[in-house]
Amino acid sequence: MLGDIVQYLSDPFNQDRILGYLGEHLQLSLLPLVIGLAAAIPLGWLASRTRSLRLTLMGTANVVYTIPSLALFVVLPGLIGTQITAPINVILALSIYTAALLVRPVVDALDAVPGHVIAAATAMGYRPLRRFFAVELPLSVPVLAAGVRVASVSNISLVSVGALIGTGGLGALFTGGFQIRYLPPIIVGIALTLLLALVMDLLLVGLRRALTPWSRVGGAH
Amino acid sequence: MLQEILSWLTDPAHWSGPDGIPHRLLEHLGYTVVAALAAIAIGVPLGLFVGHTGRGGLALVGLTNGMRALPTLGLVTFLFLVLGSTQTSTLIALVVLAVPPVLAGTYAGVQDTPRGVVDAAQGMGMTGWQRLWRVEVPNATPLLLGGIRNAVLQLVATTTVAAFVGLGGLGRYVLDGLRVYAYPKVAAGALLVAALAVVLDLLLAGLQRVIVPRGLRLAAVTRRRGGVAREPERVGTDVVAGAVAREGANG
Amino acid sequence: MIEFRSVTKRFDDGTVAVDNLNLSVDAGTITVFVGPSGCGKTTSLRMVNRMVEPTEGAVLVDGADVRASDPALLRRRIGYVIQQAGLFPHRTVLDNVATVPLLSGWTRRRARDRAGELLELVGLPTELGKRYPAQLSGGQQQRVGVARALAADPPVLLMDEPFSAVDPVVREGLQDELLRLQAELDKTIVFVTHDIDEAVKVGEKVAVFRQGGHLAQYAEPDELLARPADDFVSEFVGRDRGYRRLSFLDASGIELRDVPTAREGALPEPRPEEWVLVLNAEDRPRGWLPPGSTVDTGSETAEVQPGGSLYTKGTPMRGALDAALSSPSGLGVVVDEDGRYAGVVTAEEVLEAIQQRRAEPEHGEPEQGGFG
Repeated sequence: MLGDIVQYLSDPFNQDRILGYLGEHLQLSLLPLVIGLAAAIPLGWLASRTRSLRLTLMGTANVVYTIPSLALFVVLPGLIGTQITAPINVILALSIYTAALLVRPVVDALDAVPGHVIAAATAMGYRPLRRFFAVELPLSVPVLAAGVRVASVSNISLVSVGALIGTGGLGALFTGGFQIRYLPPIIVGIALTLLLALVMDLLLVGLRRALTPWSRVGGAH
Repeated sequence: MLQEILSWLTDPAHWSGPDGIPHRLLEHLGYTVVAALAAIAIGVPLGLFVGHTGRGGLALVGLTNGMRALPTLGLVTFLFLVLGSTQTSTLIALVVLAVPPVLAGTYAGVQDTPRGVVDAAQGMGMTGWQRLWRVEVPNATPLLLGGIRNAVLQLVATTTVAAFVGLGGLGRYVLDGLRVYAYPKVAAGALLVAALAVVLDLLLAGLQRVIVPRGLRLAAVTRRRGGVAREPERVGTDVVAGAVAREGANG
Repeated sequence: MIEFRSVTKRFDDGTVAVDNLNLSVDAGTITVFVGPSGCGKTTSLRMVNRMVEPTEGAVLVDGADVRASDPALLRRRIGYVIQQAGLFPHRTVLDNVATVPLLSGWTRRRARDRAGELLELVGLPTELGKRYPAQLSGGQQQRVGVARALAADPPVLLMDEPFSAVDPVVREGLQDELLRLQAELDKTIVFVTHDIDEAVKVGEKVAVFRQGGHLAQYAEPDELLARPADDFVSEFVGRDRGYRRLSFLDASGIELRDVPTAREGALPEPRPEEWVLVLNAEDRPRGWLPPGSTVDTGSETAEVQPGGSLYTKGTPMRGALDAALSSPSGLGVVVDEDGRYAGVVTAEEVLEAIQQRRAEPEHGEPEQGGFG
């Protein structure tokens, strides 16, 4: 078995293909992470300010999150008129999941910013928008980072399902291996997916540390 | 487009026979329920043991975190090629994917029992079993049921994907439709899967409301209203626990 | 009675939490373990009900080594109250209180009746029994915690920082309540706190622990404040302990003096060149007439200055110092139990009396700390 895998990996043609899938996988999982986060922050901010909006958004996020990924991948083209095999479907679907996953952490994080800190910032003359970016958002990084890590792992794992509609990054190794009844690409695909998730997670931990120098020196506030 | 999906769904021909909606729905539900029961039978006792004794907690958290990254399609195809049988390999894959959320939810639920409550239970002379059944299990119910909820969502999603290796269920419509570019069939299948997931989740949410003791629900409300100031770290772990619980549901 | 015999607790990581503790707690008293965090006071307490097992030595309750009893059975005979109350959130208040009776095999009905009685005993309306812990205030939760610990009428009660999580006003109320309960119930209580004020208030005896699990001093509160065994204790007891100690001395040792007095409505003329205490018809002090004040056509009440606080004979000496310091004449007015004038004292005299008290070799122990 190990011999088969080594043989499979030593073929330059396979190497090129795997690297191509890896790049595609990275793109298909990272882009939604950024888009989803960018959408979740203003949504979470709005939700943290109005009670009715909060309930609506949280409810929607919960329902969205129950929808199986394959279902969302194939329903989206019907809704927005894209080709059923277009990568945009996967990117959009994963962005929606990411946003749905991150809205709650954003709201929780904003709720967790101590009232006296906001009061102090306001008293020093910050306007709401500026205060949000200068005070509330940085302070919510630790909580937000935890959510982003989960979304990152989730996205990386979900991208492969896209292979069923023709855009799945490393998922293509699973469908390809299945069709020719050949295990090595499947094993390599699983290993690379796990590795990718691990590396991304470590990078995100590093990023969070870099963004929150205060949390390394004693209390977080 | 919507018209075509609707007419596909309302076509009487699609409501009978082995490829009819009722049969596919029952198949889907069957795999989900069987795998969920197996996952509960494995995950709940193990989670209670680890949570109660505190032994192996770190290994468990590491394992469930690692499992989250496991690509479902990869696991399904891998097991199929190794075992050769669609039913067996898929059921194993389903259980493998459903155990971690149940296990994590149970473990987190027991761990979530306030330190002072466990201490008081012990200090008042409860034996280990009494403490587990009378204190830790009731306190674990919200997160435990949350874990089961997410396991069920994971199962509905993975059962759909497993149509790729020949499994029945609603995923058949999606994959068979894709093969012949019959979009109405694909979309109808997807909508049915989504509806099944939403309905099951609602049912379990209702069950959660019935089972979770009233005192715990009140305590959660008090906590949420910020009656007691919470430290950011604590909020952080809550979010992680919550996010972990939600993760991978759509796998 | 609870006895610690050469008890040492060493944790797996090598830290010594309790170091060769020898101490005995008298039956029917409140004994307080006090000290900074990490001093081993809680560990010592938890060895009594075997929540922690000693590495060396033995803990005895009524002469029997606690290790001879099954932990669960032992604990049902020892009440246990902790900081956050530790109430079971999924059970009603009544069922929380009924926990130990139910564990001990009482019928549900009897356990609930008993729980109802206990709620009353700790000053809670019985209607609260139907509520859940989340619906109670912090102070109420602590009262329920105490009721729960008392439910099976255990002779021994362990209280681990029971009032530390509530605000100071509520805490004082709970302390008073505990003293009232103890007067009624006569339990053997071990009470852990980090707050020296709380220790001297509720403790009949106080054991001061220091870091590393050493017992620094074990004495009655008054003696602890008067004669700290070493620098650590005197530091821990605090710089204002001299003043704090006044609460425990009565002024029986102070000689009272007389001042000129005058009746209300019949002040002497011309006004004297010294402070005159004005009394009413029942000899109760009304205020001070300042020296050399001129006879005015205005009302007498404008001329008489209100006095400071009054000191009642036989009450703690802190009151005498208060009276002297708050009096416009610098003389503290002392009254008898009926509130009639008895004499006056100066602040110097009060302090002198304390000095004298301190010098008396009451317990024959060498003096180490000084009055700061």
